[in-house]
Amino acid sequence: MASSFARVLSSKRKVGILSLVGAGSLTVGFFLNKEQRVNAGAHVRRIYPPSAEYPDLRKHNNCMASHLTPAVYAKLCDKTTPNGYTLDLAIQTGVDNPGHPFIKTVGMVAGDEESYEVFADIFNPVIKERHNGYDPCNMKHPTDLDSSKIRGGQFDEKYVLSSRVRTGRSIRGLSLPPACTRAERREVERVVIDALAGLKGDLTGKYYSLTLMTEQEQQQLIDDHFLFDKPVSPLLTCAGMARDWPDARGIWHNNEKTFLVWVNEEDHTRVISMEKGGNMRRVFERFCKGLQEVERLIQEKGWEFMWNERLGYILTCPSNLGTGLRAGVHVTLPRLSKDPRFPKILDNLRLQKRGTGGVDTAAVGNTFDISNLDRLGQSEVQLVQTVIDGVNYLIECEKKLERGQDIKIPAPISQFK
Amino acid sequence: MPFGNTHNQLKMNYTAEQEFPDLSQHNNHMAKVLTLEMYANLRDKQTPSGFTVDDVIQTGVDNPGHPFIMTVGCVAGDEETYEVFKDLLDPVIEDRHGGYKPTDKHKTDLNPDNLQGGDDLDPNYVLSSRVRTGRSIRGFCLPPHCSRGERRAIEGLSVEALGALDGDLKGKYYALKDMTEEEQQQLIDDHFLFDKPVSPLLLASGMARDWPDARGIWHNDNKTFLVWVNEEDHLRVISMQKGGNMKEVFNRFCTGLTKIEELFKEKGHEFMWNEHLGYVLTCPSNLGTGLRGGVHVKLPNLSKHEKFGEILKRLRLQKRGTGGVDTAAVGGVFDISNADRLGFSEVELVQMVVDGVKLLVEMEKHLEAGQSIDDLMPEQK
Repeated sequence: MASSFARVLSSKRKVGILSLVGAGSLTVGFFLNKEQRVNAGAHVRRIYPPSAEYPDLRKHNNCMASHLTPAVYAKLCDKTTPNGYTLDLAIQTGVDNPGHPFIKTVGMVAGDEESYEVFADIFNPVIKERHNGYDPCNMKHPTDLDSSKIRGGQFDEKYVLSSRVRTGRSIRGLSLPPACTRAERREVERVVIDALAGLKGDLTGKYYSLTLMTEQEQQQLIDDHFLFDKPVSPLLTCAGMARDWPDARGIWHNNEKTFLVWVNEEDHTRVISMEKGGNMRRVFERFCKGLQEVERLIQEKGWEFMWNERLGYILTCPSNLGTGLRAGVHVTLPRLSKDPRFPKILDNLRLQKRGTGGVDTAAVGNTFDISNLDRLGQSEVQLVQTVIDGVNYLIECEKKLERGQDIKIPAPISQFK
Repeated sequence: MPFGNTHNQLKMNYTAEQEFPDLSQHNNHMAKVLTLEMYANLRDKQTPSGFTVDDVIQTGVDNPGHPFIMTVGCVAGDEETYEVFKDLLDPVIEDRHGGYKPTDKHKTDLNPDNLQGGDDLDPNYVLSSRVRTGRSIRGFCLPPHCSRGERRAIEGLSVEALGALDGDLKGKYYALKDMTEEEQQQLIDDHFLFDKPVSPLLLASGMARDWPDARGIWHNDNKTFLVWVNEEDHLRVISMQKGGNMKEVFNRFCTGLTKIEELFKEKGHEFMWNEHLGYVLTCPSNLGTGLRGGVHVKLPNLSKHEKFGEILKRLRLQKRGTGGVDTAAVGGVFDISNADRLGFSEVELVQMVVDGVKLLVEMEKHLEAGQSIDDLMPEQK
């Protein structure tokens, strides 16, 4: 039960200074005993002022590095969340991965729900930059999973090969993947698969634990393109998300292979609805239904998802706050993709392109992965509608170019509705 | 987690059983030794700097190991780790270091005059000679656990000490984050440059955090004495040169180490050392002397001999490829070094290498001449 969790409120880190400089002073331990019992947040080690601990970010290009001034660091470096997560832990991935001149990564993660509060002085500007101006200090995020509001949503399958919507959900009361203990991670797994086992009808499915799956099951999941592997990206491994792999990780999918849940990969859960073809409407309907059912089922057992009206759904990476939603298609656009106006058209439609292998891959042939740019500040319904309207526009452009007609760059659509 | 105390309170809300790692697929020293009962007894302890048993074992949990190669699977975050978690580390040490008991005493001998011979290994076969070890500065946390401030302080103290070396040990420090392109290329050409660790064994323990902050390479002008700062240990000290004069290499090694230790003491610091474990380093495999003395030697015939493995075992030597640990030999050239680290002194280990390599070269010559090596077979040392 979420409420049976004893939250230990830790005070600021107690500082005990080990002073070892000085000729002849060779004691190592400040205490008489070498051992200590575990105490809330209290630990003794050689302590340096914040200026000596401040990371060297001169060669860095990520959102954390852009906003973590020495003053902010000094203000936050001694704070911890009730579970003991610290600023140094949150920023480690950004310190270890300076980034790329062209691709600006986020550079920090949350270890638990409270991270976003305790370290708001750094998270807020990072969120604002990453989410194109959404200001957590004075804006509210709308959540809307009513798929009946969608208009249209059936794409021309001559162009759209597949449709997919994904998001993530975190279980309130349990630490996030960078910080969770093995037992917490196992608890996430237990809670989630217990709920998934309650899904019925076209959502009936089965869980495959990474530690227990057979060779055949593994091969089938690979063939279905469902299997996720241990993260290799240093962005993830430096944040501690791959610890204890593959303990308590697994994949659940429905029998029809159109609804898929990853457990304990980069978030507590990643939820994916997908189909071949262009029926984005049906994909989103199943997405909403599945999410709402799972939420109902965990609530029956006294659990809930991490959510608040400032940041929407809480996930590990600040880039996935709000809806955590990426709705996209694999679409073939041989002529449009070669038109020099393509990037601007995407930009104004608030869409992004990726290769067909997902993030950081290249397009194969003329087929692109096109999805929404935004995550926070608009609802799920709004974002999916944006993708539907946008992809329809792209297909219209492609058809015009086929007929030798000219295309127009659309007016930029407004971001926060 | 290695670099924070997040787990410490949180995990106590769960039972030992709920937290105990799944080691069913694992083959490393930690997994062989760690029982649920031991874990339950150790999990509420921490060293004064906050290192816990979960921190110790994380690398072993994340790296199940290999059926043929037995890795250690645990690391120390500070000197006290070896005390506070002795229930786990003593049996690991015993297993890894050939039966070394918790009550055994380790002898340190850095007097190069005690080495016999070693200046006459045949340079037609022995291409280069090298001795390395590590040192940790007492009072600071080790690479898996140190903060940026600590690591920078270690760098500062080390650079200061090394800056005072003179004579043929006089040299220069190259900080990884400040070096120029030319300096970097030169260090690569000299085979001195170390890179950010890629081995998951090291990454999982948190040693690569904040790279390349406070990491660097110091070497003397003659390029025969080299110190790595803040790589896998506080300091890795290497003496090396082309050819087979291991005696000279070892002389310089001992002189340099002794001098560096004096310089640290002048500033009120000393190396982590005790009479049971010798020099204390991050990985339990490097305790004692932390010494690996070895040569690159051409053994194209002997290496194909069916008894090669057995010979090395009896001589207490191990073979590696010329790229170091976990690499393959190229062109019949092998890296041959002592297998032991703890329970033998520095002089004893280098003596084994000198005597052993001399015999290996003799065997190689025999095989070249078409002669048998049966009557050259050594006894088990």
